[in-house]
Amino acid sequence: MEELDGEPAVTVIPGVNSKKNQMCFDWGPGEMLVCETSFSKKEKSEMVPSCPFIYIIRKDVDVYSQILRKLFNESHGIFLGLQRIDEELTGKSRKSQLVRVSKNYRSVIRACMEEMHQVAIAAKDPASGRQFSSQVSILSAMELIWNLCEILFIEVAPAGHLLLHLLDWVRLHVCEVDSLSADVLGSENPSNHDSFWNLPGNTQTLTELELKWQHWHEECERYLQDSTFATNPHLESLLKIMLGDEAALLEQKELLSNWYHFLVTRLLYSNPTVKPIDLHYYAQSSLDLFLGGESSPEPLDNILLAAFEFDIHQVIKECSIALSNWWFVAHLTDLLDHCKLLQSHNLYFGSNMREFLLLEYASGLFAHPSLWQLGVDYFDYCPKLGRVSLELHIERIPLNTEQKALKVLRICEQRQMTEQVRSICKILAMKAVRNNRLGSALSWSIRAKDAAFATLVSDRFLRDYCERGCFSDLDLIDNLGPAMMLSDRLTFLGKYREFHRMYGEKRFADAASLLLSLMTSGIAPRSFWMTLLTDALPLLEQKQVIFSAEQTYELMQCLEDLTSRRPVRGESDIQQLQDEDIETTKVEMLRLALARNLARAIIREGSLEGS
Amino acid sequence: MEEIYVKFVSQKISKTRWRPLPPGSLQTVETFATESWDNEESYVSPWSIGDFGNLDSDGGFEGDHQLLCDIRHHGDVMDLQFFDQERIVTASSTGYVTVFLHHPNNQTLSVNQQWTTAHYHPGPGSPSHSGAPCAAVVCNNPEIVTVGEHGRINLFKADHKEAIRTIDNADSSTFHAVTFLQTPEILTVNSIGQLKTWNFRQQGNEPSHILSLTSDRVPLHCHVVATGGQDGILSIWDVRQGTMPVSLLKAHEAEMWEPTVLRLKYFLSENVLTRFLFQELGLSEGRTLSAP
Repeated sequence: MEELDGEPAVTVIPGVNSKKNQMCFDWGPGEMLVCETSFSKKEKSEMVPSCPFIYIIRKDVDVYSQILRKLFNESHGIFLGLQRIDEELTGKSRKSQLVRVSKNYRSVIRACMEEMHQVAIAAKDPASGRQFSSQVSILSAMELIWNLCEILFIEVAPAGHLLLHLLDWVRLHVCEVDSLSADVLGSENPSNHDSFWNLPGNTQTLTELELKWQHWHEECERYLQDSTFATNPHLESLLKIMLGDEAALLEQKELLSNWYHFLVTRLLYSNPTVKPIDLHYYAQSSLDLFLGGESSPEPLDNILLAAFEFDIHQVIKECSIALSNWWFVAHLTDLLDHCKLLQSHNLYFGSNMREFLLLEYASGLFAHPSLWQLGVDYFDYCPKLGRVSLELHIERIPLNTEQKALKVLRICEQRQMTEQVRSICKILAMKAVRNNRLGSALSWSIRAKDAAFATLVSDRFLRDYCERGCFSDLDLIDNLGPAMMLSDRLTFLGKYREFHRMYGEKRFADAASLLLSLMTSGIAPRSFWMTLLTDALPLLEQKQVIFSAEQTYELMQCLEDLTSRRPVRGESDIQQLQDEDIETTKVEMLRLALARNLARAIIREGSLEGS
Repeated sequence: MEEIYVKFVSQKISKTRWRPLPPGSLQTVETFATESWDNEESYVSPWSIGDFGNLDSDGGFEGDHQLLCDIRHHGDVMDLQFFDQERIVTASSTGYVTVFLHHPNNQTLSVNQQWTTAHYHPGPGSPSHSGAPCAAVVCNNPEIVTVGEHGRINLFKADHKEAIRTIDNADSSTFHAVTFLQTPEILTVNSIGQLKTWNFRQQGNEPSHILSLTSDRVPLHCHVVATGGQDGILSIWDVRQGTMPVSLLKAHEAEMWEPTVLRLKYFLSENVLTRFLFQELGLSEGRTLSAP
C-alpha cells in the first residue's frame, strides 16, 4: 500500500466531544454514520452521558447542488455516446470523434461555470456568494486541466501545432488579453510574422517553418547586437522578449497571470516548434523561475506539471486527491481509456483504474434520491464488477410509490436481474400484506413468480373467506388466467372460486365434479376439507341427483379420511396433523346426506333411460 | 424546421399540463404547469412561453420559457391537473390532495384547499402516518376525482371540506390512472390491466362495467379510449365492443401512464378518427381501426 501524501483533513462534528468520549462509526455506500458512545476515553469503566444524536456525514455534497446536477446529467449523455462509438473506427476518424467528445465535456463544464457565475453575482448574502465563486474557480481549474489533457493526450498535437494549441489554451483561461503577443504581432517584420502565423491550412513542413523562424530569430539577435534600438529602452526590452529572454519576460510578471502563461510565452519566442517530449523541461523551469522561490507549488500546478510530463497516472491521482467528488477523474479516465492510453494497470481488488473510478462515481450517484437513474448506465459499462454493484445498489433504493417501484423493476427486468425483481416484488408484497391489501400482494407475488409467497397470500385469502363467508378481491381472483398455476394453493383458490361461480350459474354437475376433484387431486389443504364437504351439502340436497354413485363413494371416502385422522392422499407426512375440532353434528348430517344421495344415485343409474 | 427550446431545470418532471383557455377564446395557449418528483423536495411550477410582445422576424415567439413562480409540495407530486384558469390540483405520494391558487398579479402560488386524509391505509395509527400514495387526479369543474394506490376512489367538490363520495376497496390491485368519460361517469385503469367504469349517480360500491382482456361484451356509450402499457404498447379500446382492445400499437420504449378518452363527437368516420389519433399522439405509422 502506498503511503499517504499528506495529512487527511479533519472535519469537526458539532455536538460531539471526541476528546471526552469514544466515537463509533459505520460506512455506507456514500455516507458515514457517526455517534458518540457512552464510553469515556480515559477511564474505561466509567459511562458518561453523551451526545444523543447520530450524525450522517457526507463527503460528496456536490451531488446535491442544483447547478452541478446539470453537469451530471449532460455528461451522462456524453458518456453514453462515447461508449457507443464504433470500436472498429481507427486512425483519424476515431481521433476526431474522441476530440469532439472531449470538447463536449468541456463545453458542459463551461456552461455550468457560466451559470454558477451568474448565481454568484446575484447571491444575496456574501457567504453563499463566496461559496459559489469558489465553485466557479474549481470548475475553471477542472476545465483548464481537461483542456491541457485534450491537447497533449487526445489531440496529440505534433510539434508546430502544439504551440498553437497551447496558445489557445492559455488565451482561453487567462482573463486579461495577452497584450505581449498582441504587441509583437503589430511590430516589425510583419511579413515573416504573417507567414509564420498562417500555419493552419498551411502546407509548409516543420523543417521549413523551423528554418523560417531561425532566420527571423537571427535577424532579431543581430538587431540586439547592433544596438539598433539602444535609444529606446522599451523597444529594446521588446526585442529581448521577442528573443525569448527569460529575464525580460519576468520583468513583465504582472502581465503574466501565472507560470503556464509564462511558459507558453517563453516557448513562443524561444522555441515555437517545440516537441511534446521536450515540454516538461520547459515546464519545470518555467514554474521554478516564475515562483522564484517565494511560494511553493499548489495542487493545480503539480497536476499541470504531471500532464506536461505525460504522466497520466499521476495526473489522475493528484486530481482524485484534490477534488471533492469523482466526476472529473471518472469521466477523464474513461475518455483516456478509450484513447487506449492507460495500460491495464490492475489494482489490488481486481478491476482496472477506469472501472474503479466509474464504480465510485456511480455509487455516489446512488446515494442521491433522484440521480440513481444515471448511476445505472455507468454500472452497465463496467464489465467486471458493474453488474454485481448494480445488483447490490438497486435493491436499496427506497420505494415509496408504486410508480417508482415499477421504474426500478423495469430496469431490473431489462437486465435479466431476476433475483432483484423477486426481492423488490417481495418487499412490495409484504408492504401490501401489512396494509391489508391482499389483492395487491397477490399480484406482486405473481409478478415475482414467487410461489412460496403466493401460497402465503392465498392462505390468507382462504382464512378470510372462512371468517367472513365471502371472497374479497374477486376482480383479481376471477382473472388470474395462467398465473393460477404458480402455486398449488393459488390454483386451489382460483378453482374454488370457479366452483362458487359455477354454482351461482347453476351449473351443478360441473360444480360437483370440480369440488370432488379439488379433494381427490390433493391440491385442497386438509384444513379446508370440512368446508368443501359442507359446500357439497346443498348439492346433495338438490331435487335431482347431481353426484353419481361413484362420486358419492369418493366423497364418503374423503369424509372417513378426515374423521379418522388417517394420513390423507397427497398430504405430506412431515406436516403435523393439527387437532381438528370437527363438529360431530356436521359429520352426521354429511353421512346422512351422502347415504341418501347414494341410494338415489344407485336407483337412477340402475334404471333404464326414459323409464 | 421549427425551433425547439430546451431548458434544464435540475428536477425530474413527470407531468406537464397546459392551462385551459377561457371558453370562446381564440388565443393560443401560453401557460403550462410542471411538477417534480423523486427528489428531496418537490415543486409545482407554472411556466409561461413567449415573451409577451417579443416577436422575432418570423413573427413567432422568441426564446425561452419563463418560470413564473413555484411552491414546495409535500411529497412527490404524482399527478397534476388544472381545475380552472387559476387553480391547480395535485395528487401527492403522501396521500394529500391539494388545490393551489395561482395569483397572476404578483405571480405567486398559495394553497387554497387541502384534503389530508384523502388516501390512507386504515389500521392502527392515525391516518396521517400511514398515508397511501394518491395515484391520479382528474377534474371537471366543480368536481375532482382522485384515485389512490390502495384502491380507493374519492369524489370531492371544490370548497367542500369533506369528500362527497368515497368508494373504498374499489380495486384489489392498484389504480394507475383515472379519466372522465362523461359526468357522472369515470373510467379507471389498474395495474392488472383492467378498465372499470364507475357511475357516481348509482348507489353501491361496484363498478358499472369492467373491461379487460378476458371479459364479456359490454354495451356502453360510443367512446374510444387509448391506454398505454408498461411495455410501451398503446391499446385502443372501443368501449362499444367491450372485449379485447381494437388495436395495439408500439408507441414508446417505456411505460405510459394515462388513458386518454377521445370523444366521439370530434370524429366523423373511422379514417378521420385514425388521423386525428395519430396526430394527437405524434405517431408516424398509420393504422385503421376495424369497423365495429
